[in-house]
Amino acid sequence: MLHEPAAECGPDASAEYKQRIGVWMFLFYAAIYAAFVAINLLRPLWMEKEIMFGLNLAVVYGFGLIGLALVMALIYNTMCGTHEADNKPAGEGK
Amino acid sequence: MAIAIFLAFVGLVLGLSFYLGAKTKSASGYFAAGGQIHWAVNGVAFAGDYLSAASFLGICGMIATAGYDGFLYSIGYLAGWIVALFVVAEPMKRLGKYTFTDALDAKFNSRGIKLFAAISTLVVSVFYLIPQMVGAGVLVEPLLGIPHSWGVIMVGAIVITIVATAGMTSTTYVQFIKGGMLVVFSLIVTAAVLYRGLSTQPDQGGRVPFYEYRTLGAIEAKGQLFTEDKAYSVAGSQSVKGETYVKLEKDGVATWWLRSDKDGKVYLKETQYEAKKADGSSVVNGLPASKDNVLRQNGGLESIKGKSGPEADTGPVGPFEFLSILGDPETRVNTWKIVKFSDGDDKVVVYAPSVKPGNRIMRPGLKFKVEGTPLQKLDFVSLMLALFLGTAALPHILIRYYTVPSPACARKSTIVAIAAIGFFYVLTMYMGLGAVVNAVLNPVTDNMSAPLLARSFGTFLFAIISAIAFATVLGTVSGLIIAASGAVAHDLMDRYLQVGFNEKQKVRAGKIAAFVVGIIAIILGIIFKGMNVSFLVGLAFAVAASANLPSIIMILFWKRTTAKGIAASIVTGMVSAVGIIMFSPSMYDKFGLDPATAPFPLDNPGIVSIPLSFIVLVLVSLMTQKKEQAPVQAQA
Repeated sequence: MLHEPAAECGPDASAEYKQRIGVWMFLFYAAIYAAFVAINLLRPLWMEKEIMFGLNLAVVYGFGLIGLALVMALIYNTMCGTHEADNKPAGEGK
Repeated sequence: MAIAIFLAFVGLVLGLSFYLGAKTKSASGYFAAGGQIHWAVNGVAFAGDYLSAASFLGICGMIATAGYDGFLYSIGYLAGWIVALFVVAEPMKRLGKYTFTDALDAKFNSRGIKLFAAISTLVVSVFYLIPQMVGAGVLVEPLLGIPHSWGVIMVGAIVITIVATAGMTSTTYVQFIKGGMLVVFSLIVTAAVLYRGLSTQPDQGGRVPFYEYRTLGAIEAKGQLFTEDKAYSVAGSQSVKGETYVKLEKDGVATWWLRSDKDGKVYLKETQYEAKKADGSSVVNGLPASKDNVLRQNGGLESIKGKSGPEADTGPVGPFEFLSILGDPETRVNTWKIVKFSDGDDKVVVYAPSVKPGNRIMRPGLKFKVEGTPLQKLDFVSLMLALFLGTAALPHILIRYYTVPSPACARKSTIVAIAAIGFFYVLTMYMGLGAVVNAVLNPVTDNMSAPLLARSFGTFLFAIISAIAFATVLGTVSGLIIAASGAVAHDLMDRYLQVGFNEKQKVRAGKIAAFVVGIIAIILGIIFKGMNVSFLVGLAFAVAASANLPSIIMILFWKRTTAKGIAASIVTGMVSAVGIIMFSPSMYDKFGLDPATAPFPLDNPGIVSIPLSFIVLVLVSLMTQKKEQAPVQAQA
């Protein structure tokens, strides 16, 4: 017995596009996250260095990772939304 | 007043639950709020679900005691949402119904997946429940003056009531209110910290007199130690890990002092201690423990950019200036180390001063030894990996994708969650550091740092923050118990055992399961008293990332994935992660064994268990290609 979703989801012409850009954006963020971990392991003293506004690299990078996540999320949503609007099934309009 | 505000808030939460509970009749309503929650509400509720006791109590506490290392949890927890948004959110919404097991099983209809995914949900939920219950006990203890265990029981009882009456709809709105209030009031506390500024003589706004720990000069002659202040006499000493603790007596009161030798002179630095006597009684700083004689709050700054005393006071500071001052090498932060030894029949715990320069506090390395041995470095990588990959595999987060009407709404609610959670995590830095610079820390447990910081600004803020923290625990525990009850009633009983429930019976089975899981959570919350809640949640993340994420990722991206591969991966990830945790140094220490003898040298299992789970999935899938039919297409 298979089963149905709690709320019905129609066919999504943008699914493949969204998955593709999602994976690339994930890999981009993962690389920046990995670089943060790597600096801590390989050059921990770099994290003490003052970068801007009197803040050290650890704080700037840490806050930057949080800020970057939100910026990328908004870009992703805009790209997905635009593609969905351009590829709505016939009859639903654009 | 604190208790009145606290009780009013809890009453509001319960009232909302009963009101919404009366409207919930169907299984869809109970487990997935009918799939009709607005994405913005769901996004804030995501934040409410996610910003658990670990985030509010645990991270703030760890930042207060271990500096930037605590903030690593904030970074890792938030980064995990990237995996959830870019990889998991929409596909999970398309594939599932009530639980993440539904999504995994949508392509295969496999009894093995149903069984093991449901067990995995239960295990991860229980692991995640432990720190929430520990946090509840810690919170209620000082607020209502009841023992830790009763605090845990109280939370368990309230949550079971909430879940048993209403389900996902009430949980969602409770989380929405709580998530919003948590962010707003954390911002208020942060603003108050910045407005108060920094001082080397913090007195909590005049509420608690500043206590300056004393240093005595001493002379060593013919192997014997004498204090320069003749009012004290040396009554003994203990050597622990290369340091010497000297017992002094004055007017019949014994105290322990940390010895240091500098330029041929001997100095004794005052510590705090508590001792358990053979007859079961306790002594704090030389006098019988009582309501009025407890350990003093710790923390504070010894110097601010090289200055101390009244001229070092900064007055109000900006958010960047605050962090800049604290990161200065000439700023010195008072932390402490905990040392245990026996003195005759007494079991002594000493809280000894340990001053750290600001530049060490404001970068990783105090707790996670990034400059340590290869194993210690590996432990750090393991933690960061589990935090990054764990979020998208947490059952109580995944079920929230089924409360919104569409995949696009799932995506949008995730973005709202990232905004709210990210902003809150930035605030944890200020609240954690604010707790240490204001010297409000409880030396026994760091979990109360944020509420104690709020108390330094007055009873009202303390009551509100405590009530929100309590609601945080209530909400997260509710979500976890619903996830667990869904695993039992929907996945195991209805779909695996094919009991053939109708809607009403399924909801009833879910409520009974919620009750049982709640009782288990209460027991574990009492057992694990005293451990940092964020550390415990880190372990839950590792179990989730190991047991669930490989299956989620591979089912979406590798067409040769088979049902047996998924089942084997879940079992491998779950067993290896839990097994490694049980044999880790931290658990050995928790259970009174020598951590050095732990068979597995890392505290965080992710670096081993996550790749292992992926490898097993690939190998078993490859081996079972011919035995299984090509996977059927997902329905949605």
